[in-house]
Amino acid sequence: MSQTDIEPETTVDARGAACPGPLMDLIGAVRGAESGAVVRLLSDTERSLTDVPEWVEETDNELLATEEGDDHHAFYVEKA
Amino acid sequence: MTERVIVVGGGTGGTVLANDLADRLGAEIDAGDVEVTLVNDGPDHVYKPVWLYVPFGQREPEDGRRRLRELVDDRVAVRVDRVTDIDTDAGQVRYHEAPEPIDYDYLVLATGSTLAPEEIPGLAEGGHDYYSESGAEALREELLSFTEGHLVLSVVGTPHMCPAAPLEFVFMADDWLRERGLREDVDITYTYPIQRVHGNPHIAEWARPLMDERDIEVETFFNAESVDPDAGTITSMEGTDIDYDLLVAIPPHRGIDLIEEAGLGDDGWVDVDKHTLEAEAAENVYALGDTAATGVPNAGSVAHYQAGVVGQRIASQIRGRPATATYDGKTLCFVETGMDAASFVEFDYERPPSPAPPSEKLHWSKLAYNESYWLTARGLL
Ligand SMILES: Cc1cc2nc3c(=O)[nH]c(=O)nc-3n(C[C@H](O)[C@H](O)[C@H](O)COP(=O)(O)OP(=O)(O)OC[C@H]3O[C@@H](n4cnc5c(N)ncnc54)[C@H](O)[C@@H]3O)c2cc1C
Repeated sequence: MSQTDIEPETTVDARGAACPGPLMDLIGAVRGAESGAVVRLLSDTERSLTDVPEWVEETDNELLATEEGDDHHAFYVEKA
Repeated sequence: MTERVIVVGGGTGGTVLANDLADRLGAEIDAGDVEVTLVNDGPDHVYKPVWLYVPFGQREPEDGRRRLRELVDDRVAVRVDRVTDIDTDAGQVRYHEAPEPIDYDYLVLATGSTLAPEEIPGLAEGGHDYYSESGAEALREELLSFTEGHLVLSVVGTPHMCPAAPLEFVFMADDWLRERGLREDVDITYTYPIQRVHGNPHIAEWARPLMDERDIEVETFFNAESVDPDAGTITSMEGTDIDYDLLVAIPPHRGIDLIEEAGLGDDGWVDVDKHTLEAEAAENVYALGDTAATGVPNAGSVAHYQAGVVGQRIASQIRGRPATATYDGKTLCFVETGMDAASFVEFDYERPPSPAPPSEKLHWSKLAYNESYWLTARGLL
């Protein structure tokens, strides 16, 4: 399911975690990342499709791409 | 051959489990076929919910301590020591005070949570907490003499112990300050990392109007990044600054390092099957309570129910029968909504919570539970 050629520095696999686990896992990974690094989040909850963009909107970070899949989604976030 | 069960951690989960195993496997233990060891890194069992009341001068930390030996069935060997190594391939653990590794047939990790305030620069110096005995005592010193200014309660990390406790603290502080005629001189702000006031949407929907009614300011999407103790400011990753006079934080939580070193999961939480509580990365290893990553709250009630499941599964395995007991996500929480009112929630993996209307009766039920907790730890309730 890789439509982008973005190379993430870190991947957080939050598949199976209940809401708000995936968003909190993403926030934790972005917190620990270097500026400019890309964090990829894998999540299988639909809520993440709204949670992740809403959180990124609140921050200076950037949502580079979202890949919607049948069994899970992938989000690429670049740390400001 | 004697089957050896080692339970690491003599908190709520480990203690209830050790008593449960003594009860179920009493005959086998007496016959020398089974040995149950409970190892804890201190002589006392600590009941953490008492700490919520300490800053308000209502309870003493000693109220939450009892000798572990007094709470545990005599058929269980209690060892006061620290496990320093876990080797799941060899089926061994190592104790701090013993040179030789010890073999186990079943290992249960009930090592709970640790606090990691150092992950947020300035937090340890600038913030207070009531998530540790020393933190609760230091906060009591501050709070009892706090008569005006800005009180900020910041939930820095999730998961954390007792997701209800941050809400309880602001509701209690609001009520307590009102009773003392000080509320007009104190502003209260509550911050939360995601877009609502609690991880569970049903509890968030219930709590938010109560906070609005009581003039508790809310700042959501607030992930604390740093604290400046000199300036009295807490800053979020989202770029918001809040000035505080008294900062009470729920610090980031971690499990113990050993768990990651043993390859059992990240950040000290054991990856488990959320129904059987078996570790995903090793055979005959279980985790329960805070340390088991199941997605349900880190709560004593969860540890208690999970202990019953693990007890049944291990007893079945020892007797050569299929283990059929499973955990359904059951969680019970009383939620203090003031100094003399509380709500109550009950939920599981399938059924969402529906908080009960706050009442004085529920408040007394919570206090009564706190008193009868020692019977729970003993395995009697
Ligand atoms: C302020 C506050 C209020 C709370 N209120 C409630 C409430 O109202 N209701 C509720 O259900 N829950 C509440 N909780 C949460 C509850 O206390 C915890 O979820 C519960 O204690 C978890 O039990 P546990 O057995 O997993 O871990 P713990 O009870 O924390 O026990 C872990 C034990 O393992 C020991 N240990 C750790 N590492 C090692 C090692 N390497 N070797 C040996 N021993 C080790 C520790 O010292 C500790 O004794 C509250 C918590 C706090 C902080």
